[in-house]
Amino acid sequence: MRPDLEIIQQWIEPGSNILDLGCGDGSLLHFLQDSKSVRGIGLEIDEKNIEQCISNGVNVIEQDIDQSLEYFQDNSFDTVLLAQTLQALSKPDVLIDEMLRIGKNGIVTFPNFGNWKSRFYLSARGRMPVSKFMPHSWYNTPNIHFCTVKDFDALCREKNIRILERTVVDLEHQGSWYMKAWPNLLGEIAIYHITKDDC
Amino acid sequence: MSDQFPSDSVGLVKPELHHFDEPLTLRSGKVLPAYDLMVETYGELNAEKSNAILICHALSGDHHAAGYHSPDDKKPGWWDNCIGPGKAIDTNLFHVVSLNNLGGCAGSTGPASINPASGKHYGPDFPVVTVRDWVNSQVKLMERIGIDKWAAVVGGSLGGMQVLRWAISYPDKLDNAVSIAAAPKLSAQNIAFNEVARQSITSDPNFHDGHYLEADTYPKQGLMLARMVGHITYLSDSAMRSKFGKSLDDFEHDDSANFGRDLRDGKLSFGFNVDFQVESYLHYQGERFSKNFDANTYLLMTKALDYFDPSVDFEGDLSAAFASSNCKFFLMSFSTDWRFPPERSKEIVNDLLKAGKDVSYLEIEADQGHDAFLLPIPRYVDALSQFLQRVHQEISSDAS
Repeated sequence: MRPDLEIIQQWIEPGSNILDLGCGDGSLLHFLQDSKSVRGIGLEIDEKNIEQCISNGVNVIEQDIDQSLEYFQDNSFDTVLLAQTLQALSKPDVLIDEMLRIGKNGIVTFPNFGNWKSRFYLSARGRMPVSKFMPHSWYNTPNIHFCTVKDFDALCREKNIRILERTVVDLEHQGSWYMKAWPNLLGEIAIYHITKDDC
Repeated sequence: MSDQFPSDSVGLVKPELHHFDEPLTLRSGKVLPAYDLMVETYGELNAEKSNAILICHALSGDHHAAGYHSPDDKKPGWWDNCIGPGKAIDTNLFHVVSLNNLGGCAGSTGPASINPASGKHYGPDFPVVTVRDWVNSQVKLMERIGIDKWAAVVGGSLGGMQVLRWAISYPDKLDNAVSIAAAPKLSAQNIAFNEVARQSITSDPNFHDGHYLEADTYPKQGLMLARMVGHITYLSDSAMRSKFGKSLDDFEHDDSANFGRDLRDGKLSFGFNVDFQVESYLHYQGERFSKNFDANTYLLMTKALDYFDPSVDFEGDLSAAFASSNCKFFLMSFSTDWRFPPERSKEIVNDLLKAGKDVSYLEIEADQGHDAFLLPIPRYVDALSQFLQRVHQEISSDAS
């Protein structure tokens, strides 16, 4: 199992309704269907991924999540997932609002640009970081809205979003006491469990 | 199977007529005392009777969906691209049932049949049938052939609408609903085109108020026009361009390329005859169709389309109509289809989501317009195949 799935699945209620925005090949939903008996729907635009979802028996709707999700009813899902996609959205803040309108709670994971390696790369070389972790050059990257753990915390404060849980891990999705102590400096992937502040 | 057919064909097939004596009460309140349904099947039914797929046909389709009726047939059944051994609707895995709907003109009871009460052709006296009536008669067929539940009900266009009706009216009788290039109900524009088609037929002097068979004639001109206008709505602008003109590649080398306006005889006639290829094509299609299709059936089929709206019983709320459905839904649409465009399929998807149903939806890039659902478009056919393979895996794991 992908280690991030291990973390996410702890926050998923058995038998709940899950909407996965940018569901990829459906492996997360497939896993949750088997292990937690969830009812899941994924949104995806990549044709190969969509094929995989269908073959895996995962419900998938071909749709760009940068486009309107207004047809999803308020609170029609228990949990809305957004795994490793936030940074590629044209309006990430709008999508976060939509997530928490459609779902009772949301789980967001993103690469933490505040990690020391990015900071070091930029300060030492003076160029946009390119690594195994962020393999694209600035001009061809799908990742147009990188943010840091501190940035995301600030966005949640602004929007009155309650952070139920937050964890940061490295690329192997291992956590540690020192990442807990300095999440924005040492965490490579941030995983948030969020909800509207009023519930 | 004969060597003369392709290896992925179901080969020679023989339709079978099923007679039903039990009266069928129609949506209109009228009653058909007895009726026949013409049926073809492909592939073996398994011991558990769990691998049956029902195919629902569209406006001008019939029971002959795959294979050949005779070694001399030039063309196979209308959905041979998708039905056969190893094809998307794999007859090695599934038992496929395809019928001619009531009111049709390919063997099932319809306007061209003899009315036992009068000894004459039904003609215009054949009652108007709706999608709901078709599905009710399909249930009778299902009982007759001893199937309790379809592994899937599959159809495109008007066939896709029957699929939706199945999921709404008979939720326990199907596991999967595959609705392709359909719509939740017709738009005003759709109905307008149907009305032009109907007017073409009924205003033909040979229509004789629908009693043309008694007069030993048929409204050939009217049917031709009806088919021509219908055909235009099945094709996209780009499909017509490429069908009736030089390709863009030619254009790069040849200034005379004319984007789909190829002349039939290479020059203008300066008269009102056929000048362009597209005209000639429509004439050909219309003429061929008029010889093989009953005009009253065409009127009935277009009315069934116009009347389709499963939300009417639920105060216009389609999601409420789906509330009791418990099958998985799989919908597909085609990018250049302007008859039932992707937005119409999306409406259905939205209402299914609202109703909390299991649904998958693909929007296939295809140039061919509404016709695409009949054509071997790789992404479409592959997706259908993958979905049904999954269905088959589920059948197999249930059995073990």
